[in-house]
This record gives sequence, C-alpha cells and structure tokens, in this order.
Amino acid sequence: MVPRRRDYRPRPDLFRACCWCAASLTLLLLALILAEILCKAWPAISRFGAGFVTGLQWSPNREVFGVLPVLVGTAASSLLALLFALPLGLAVAVFLSEDFLPFPVRQTLRFVVELLAAIPSVVYGLWGIFVVVPIVQHYGALLSAKMGFLPLFSGPVYGNSLLTASLVLALMVLPTITSISRSALVAVPATLREGAYALGATRWEAILGVILPTASPGVVASTILAFGRAMGETMAVAMLIGNSQRLSWSVLSPSNTLSALLANQFAEADGIQVSALMYAAVLLVILTLCVNVAGEVVLRRTQQSVAGLK
Amino acid sequence: MSFFKSAPVHFFSDKGKETSPLRRIRNHLLTGLCITLSVATMIPLLSIVILVVRNGLPLLNGQLFTQLPPPPGIEGGGIGNALVGSFLMVGISLLLAVPVGILAAVYINEYSPASRLSAWVRFVAKLLTGIPSIICGVFAFAVVVMTTHRFSSLAGGFALAILILPTILLTSEQALLGVPHAYREASIGLGATPFQTIRNIVFPEAMPAIMTGVMLAVARAAGETAPVLFTALFSQNWIHSLMEPSASLSVLIYNFASLPHAHHIRLAWAASLVLVTLVTLTNVLAQILFAPKHRP
Repeated sequence: MVPRRRDYRPRPDLFRACCWCAASLTLLLLALILAEILCKAWPAISRFGAGFVTGLQWSPNREVFGVLPVLVGTAASSLLALLFALPLGLAVAVFLSEDFLPFPVRQTLRFVVELLAAIPSVVYGLWGIFVVVPIVQHYGALLSAKMGFLPLFSGPVYGNSLLTASLVLALMVLPTITSISRSALVAVPATLREGAYALGATRWEAILGVILPTASPGVVASTILAFGRAMGETMAVAMLIGNSQRLSWSVLSPSNTLSALLANQFAEADGIQVSALMYAAVLLVILTLCVNVAGEVVLRRTQQSVAGLK
Repeated sequence: MSFFKSAPVHFFSDKGKETSPLRRIRNHLLTGLCITLSVATMIPLLSIVILVVRNGLPLLNGQLFTQLPPPPGIEGGGIGNALVGSFLMVGISLLLAVPVGILAAVYINEYSPASRLSAWVRFVAKLLTGIPSIICGVFAFAVVVMTTHRFSSLAGGFALAILILPTILLTSEQALLGVPHAYREASIGLGATPFQTIRNIVFPEAMPAIMTGVMLAVARAAGETAPVLFTALFSQNWIHSLMEPSASLSVLIYNFASLPHAHHIRLAWAASLVLVTLVTLTNVLAQILFAPKHRP
C-alpha cells in the first residue's frame, strides 16, 4: 500500500501579509497627505474660496489672505531659474555624452555635478547671502542705472530679490537637467550618429541636427521635472528672496514663493492663519504633482520612442 | 587643437570635397563654447566649498561638538545639541521608514511584480519623491504637532521618514531587481518557501545595494531643513525627551545665518562645514563600501 499523501495546504504567509501592508501604506500615503492637508485647510477654503487665489493682500493681523503675488513669485522664480539653468545644463549634458576631453576629465565633471546635488539647501542659502546677494546688489545697481527704463530692472535695487533667488535656484536644479538630459543623449542609437557622419556632417552638425532632436523629449522631460523641483525648493529661496507679498515687475525687488511663505510663517501661525497656510500648501502640492506627472509621462514616452529606434 | 579629438568627418576625402573652413570654424567654436559653459558650472561649486571650508575651519575644534550654542552677542560655545538632534531625528526617520520601504519593495518585486497594486505603488513612490520636502513638514505638523499640541523631535523624525520612504522603496526595488532570477528558481526548486527564499537567498544578495539606498537616504535626511523647521523647531538646550523641541544642524544654520552677530554667523559656517562633510562622506561611503561585487 502506498501511504496516502496528506493534503497539502499552504500555511498563510504572514511575511507576505506584512509586505502587502507596507506596499498599501505607501500607496495610501499620498492620499493621506492630500486628505490631511485638505482637512486642515478646510476652514480657510470654505471662508476665502477662490478669492484666496486671486487676492493681493496677505495680512494675518486683519485676517485677510490672498496668494496671487506669491503664486506669481513662485512661477517667476522657477521660470527664471530654468532660463539660467537650461543652457548650462544642456551644455554639461552634451559635454558629458561626447568625447571632447579624455574620460577622467568628464568623470570628474560628472562627480562635481553630483556633488552640487548633494549640498544641502540651507548651505546654498548661506552661500547666497554672502556671495550672490552682494553681486546682485552691485550689478543690479548698474543694470537699473543703464536699463532702468525697462520695467524688469526698474525701481529700487534689493540684494534679497527675485533675481538672487533664481540664480541660486538655477544652480540647484542644474543636476536634474544634466543627469536626465545626459541619459537621453546617451540613449540615442549610435547608428544615427554614424549615419550623420557618413553623410558628411561635422560633429556639431550631427549634434544639433540629429542627436539633440532625437533626444529632445528627454530634454523636455528634464526641464519639466526641474521646474517642479524649483517650485518646491524651500530653504535657499526663503533665505534669499526677501519675502515680500507685493506684485512688482522688477526682478531686482523682493518677492515670495509658496514654499518660502510656508517656511517663514508656519512656526508662529495660529488660528485661521494655520488654515490659510494649509490652503497654500494644498496649492503647492497640486501644482508640483501636475508638473511632476507631466514630466514622468513625457519621460516614459521618451524611453519608449528611443527604444523603438533601436 | 590636437588636444580635442575631432570627429571623424570624412574617411575618403577628395580634394574639393573637404569640409568648408566656415563649417570647420563653427564646429570648433561650438566645441569651445560647450567646454567653457561646462567648466563655468564648476565655479559656483568651488566657491561654495572654498567658503565653507575657509569660514568653518577656524571654529572646528572639540568645543564645537561638545558645547551648547552661546546666547546672542557672546563668543565661544558650539553646536553640540544640534548635532545630537540631527542624529536623533535621522535615527527616528530610519526606524520608521526603513522597514516599511524595504517590505513594500519586497512586495512589489518578489510577491507580485506584475500586479496592478505594484504598478500603482511604483508610480506613487515616484510622485512622492517629487513632492516638495516642506510638504512633509506640513503633513507632520498636521498629524503630530497639531494632535500632541507641541513641537517635538518625534514630529521632525516623522517628517523626515515621509521624505525618505520613497527613496528607500525605489532603491530597494532596484537592489532586488539586481538579484539573478535563477537564484530564486533554484531555491524554490529545492523546496524552499517564498519566505525562506527571500530571507536566505534574495536578501543576502541584495543587502549591499539596499544599504547604499539607506545611506543615500541618511545623507538626504541629514541635510534637509524644511521638514524639521516647524515640526522640531529649535532649542538652545540639550535634548531630554522625544516630546520636546530639538535643535538640528540645518535649522541652526538657517536661524544663525540671519542673526546680526558675527560669531553666530561663524557658527553657521562651522555647522555648514560639519553638515557638508557628513553628507559628502555618507554619499561617498555608500558608493564605495557597498559597491556591487563582481559575480563569477
């Protein structure tokens, strides 16, 4: 007689259950963050409504809260930062993906750019206070004297200004642009480059005519993600932008951003002001989420399209 | 210009078919521009490093690490409590985030890599890495500070945990992906349960890469200011309990940078030197210590 095999029944896998819980918790975290902040912002949302977004005044004493100047400051500082960082970041990305200089030199530059990403935001802020602020004050005065007729450079010159914050922000988002653009450039199939050379193109004709256009979705993605990063960057901006809730055309006047507003006012806020700050935080989360989703979608498309070329 | 390798413009050049001088000059000009711009990006970094070292070094002695910050206007003192506070809060964040991050990574890579839940977890983790760090602070403020009615190092640690969780999850997933599939098949084939396979085969193989991710998370958390700014706040004293405000290196730099006292600004530079050194060391150590070993 063959002994009958016992019925095999797998034991419940406790470890699997733990892992499932951890995964679900992470999934829920984003929803939880949104729900919690929305919930705490509700008093302000129901009281100020859309007027919060279009309001020009922010004075906690009179319980008047409007963030339009802050929203404008957020967009302006991030866009200006991209304006400075994009040419530099692209140049570094091209430099790292081409063989102008021997490999060790390129490797060193890559290491330096990674270091830029590792330096804490407050240290950028401290450096900005003692290096960039005096520079902007000096050259800002010249600019305003020579080009003061342009609204961009009009009015009194401040060291802690939109321009200062944007310059430092540009440095901080440079690694994002460089690393993502570089991988897009490296992913361009070698056959395309060889084809361009075979047709008699010089190196830069190949880069500008073939390689960059092929990698352009990746460059666009890097720019979008860098924009998201610039919008959310807090400490350096809070230390350098001057924290003024006043609309102004001049890049040499102080301004404010959503994250800097939160950083400066949260610790001392109470009552409806906390709620209003939570409302501002909701706006910040929604804006950065939209930008980041857009960036991720473009990035995914890029990877698919480049994979199709091979 | 032989230093710069020139592109293989043409292999079979006939006279008259060569690249025109104009195109060649344009090529060299663009190369020069590209190299100039690349080198120009090094200048700010050099400036930061030089200033941090030059301004921080004079104060770098034993006193800096063991004493409390002085009252305004008084010389001496150190950043001891901020150093302790930073270590404490990074420790709390690791305790909270490392188990969750690694277990979640195990689920999405080992148990059901192709499920819809895993795809969503990956996507949400990606999005979470893009959320501004100050939002972690706002969330911790709403969850911990507003319920306990006090600023505390626990709230600061919680905020940092939210910040590093997605990083740990995504790097751990990459680490698990690096383990060859044949190892798992061999283990299951020998009769091991999924748990035994993960514990005895997958984890030991993936551990170095997972540790790299954790170290990078430590470096990130130690340098962040925004999440702890209004959760742990700041304190002039040594830390006595988890439920009271605590100093940290990064908030100390932020607070002291705007004070009108020269000595406090020097302390801010010294703290920056300590912080940058710690962060860079952790980054470099993570790359070296746990570099992937060559498989036969």
